[in-house]
Amino acid sequence: MINRYRWWELVLIYAGMALFLTFMLAPFVEAFMVSLRPLAEVFRIPYRFFAEGMSFANYRQIWISQPMLGRWIINSFGIAVAVTILSMMCSIPAAYAFARFKFKLRDGLLSLFLAVSMVGAAVLIIPLYKLMLALGLLNTYAAMIIPGAAFTVPTGIFLMRSYFMRIPAELEEAAYVDGASRLYTMRRVILPIAAPGMVVVAITTFITAYAQQFLFALTFNSKNHLNPLPVGLYQFFGHQEVRWNELMAASIVGVLPVLVLYVFLQRYIVAGLTAGAVKE
Amino acid sequence: MKRTDAFPYLLLIPALLLVGVIAAWPLVETFRLSFTDASMKQTQSYVGFENYLKFFQRDFWPILGRTLVWTTLSVSLKLVMGLLGAVLLNAAVPGRALFRILIMPPWVVPVAVGCFMWAWMYNGQFGMISGLGQRFGVFSGPFEFLAYKQAAFIATVVTDVWIGTPLVSLYLLAAMQTIPKDLYEAAWTDGAGRFYRFRRVTLPLLMPSITTMALLSTIWTFNSFEIIWILTEGGPRGSTTTMIIDTYKTAISRFRYGEGAARAVMILICLMVLSAIYLALLNRLTRKGRAK
Repeated sequence: MINRYRWWELVLIYAGMALFLTFMLAPFVEAFMVSLRPLAEVFRIPYRFFAEGMSFANYRQIWISQPMLGRWIINSFGIAVAVTILSMMCSIPAAYAFARFKFKLRDGLLSLFLAVSMVGAAVLIIPLYKLMLALGLLNTYAAMIIPGAAFTVPTGIFLMRSYFMRIPAELEEAAYVDGASRLYTMRRVILPIAAPGMVVVAITTFITAYAQQFLFALTFNSKNHLNPLPVGLYQFFGHQEVRWNELMAASIVGVLPVLVLYVFLQRYIVAGLTAGAVKE
Repeated sequence: MKRTDAFPYLLLIPALLLVGVIAAWPLVETFRLSFTDASMKQTQSYVGFENYLKFFQRDFWPILGRTLVWTTLSVSLKLVMGLLGAVLLNAAVPGRALFRILIMPPWVVPVAVGCFMWAWMYNGQFGMISGLGQRFGVFSGPFEFLAYKQAAFIATVVTDVWIGTPLVSLYLLAAMQTIPKDLYEAAWTDGAGRFYRFRRVTLPLLMPSITTMALLSTIWTFNSFEIIWILTEGGPRGSTTTMIIDTYKTAISRFRYGEGAARAVMILICLMVLSAIYLALLNRLTRKGRAK
């Protein structure tokens, strides 16, 4: 009864949704329309939403005019996967320690990770640049992967910790009574139970790593064949005469895989985002 | 039981190593560099507070002011839009699941790619907003959004709101769904209308989550780099140069590491103040939660 809407309330809700979606999706729709236009129609006054001669020709052309495009997309995925793996390898054991053990420095170290999660990577770019230079990592994948992972570790710890805390401690106690070691208990009892949570954190980390790989690549890498997609495209964005139709076609091709992935995994992503902690 | 003491520290080693080298050490190094004249040269010497003095005499206050206005504007809009989105997501109507999927893409796609799309939207000669604006008589001629000081300022805020809103919506939705249903039923039995229930039940109970999100969002927005860099690189004539952009320009584009570090330290001080407020708030909320 309480949830029944009157007709004008329904109209209001759907109108609100339509307006909201217009704002969220307009850039995508327009990008797609531009990607179908021939260049003459892109630079045409007055503006027309449905232009003449729309076709998928640009989607063929981009692979010729940007021969690196495929490489950039693969780089993007590779970097995001590597960031996710490295980040999880650090955050899972740490989160377990914070969730289950009482030790002297616990609160202090937890605050340290919280503090790090508040500082954006751009603020620390100077020493990071010098560090990468000193380690000889400039112009390598590592220069994009290692800092990328470090800045996702704190969020990973907070997310995983809340999962571990929900697992009843009796399970571990039972294992100890049976003579299992702490490491064995963690590996064979706790991690399998926490697997769904780990999947959620991994997916969220991957999306973050994929979305935010601009700064490190822009600053630490000047080798075009190592670039992730955003920085690769940024070069032809910077030109005097931007070929907008091709840029948009390449952008759409580049984000399509992650959008498809999102649609299939969105249930887990929403769960991860709302599990007590949030990420940027 | 004795070995218990070492075990948690062993588990922490990988995380501490990675975060220590990549975040904690640079934090300390930034402070040290801010007192030097480090640059592309091989040598550097300590110059005391010179970098800070220069910064304060030149342009600290205008940049801080601009950053605060940009951040406040963006965060308030994100909260308003996010709350609206959460209310819509929470409405039990057909099509809700589809709506939830469709509002997330701005957050899912790489920030840089989202910015390329917006750069095209803002194009004055051929872009959609200017074009439609002219058709409907809002603009008398082409309007180049990123070429005018105030328009560029607003345009970068709008793009930041576009990227940040989906997450705020989802977070507030999650908070909304933890509000016990019987509160609404009790209010309904007493004859309270939908709007009244929202104002008297939903909003007060949501307030802690809104405040938390506001502070977190302020910290993230304060750190925002990519959006402004791609759309305007801080221009036109410095009108979108926030503290982060200014630091990046000084240090990376002009190779003045020492001066840049001093500017970065000022950002860190601002972040510390914000984080302190956030922690105090979290503490108060958990204490309240326990009291219940």
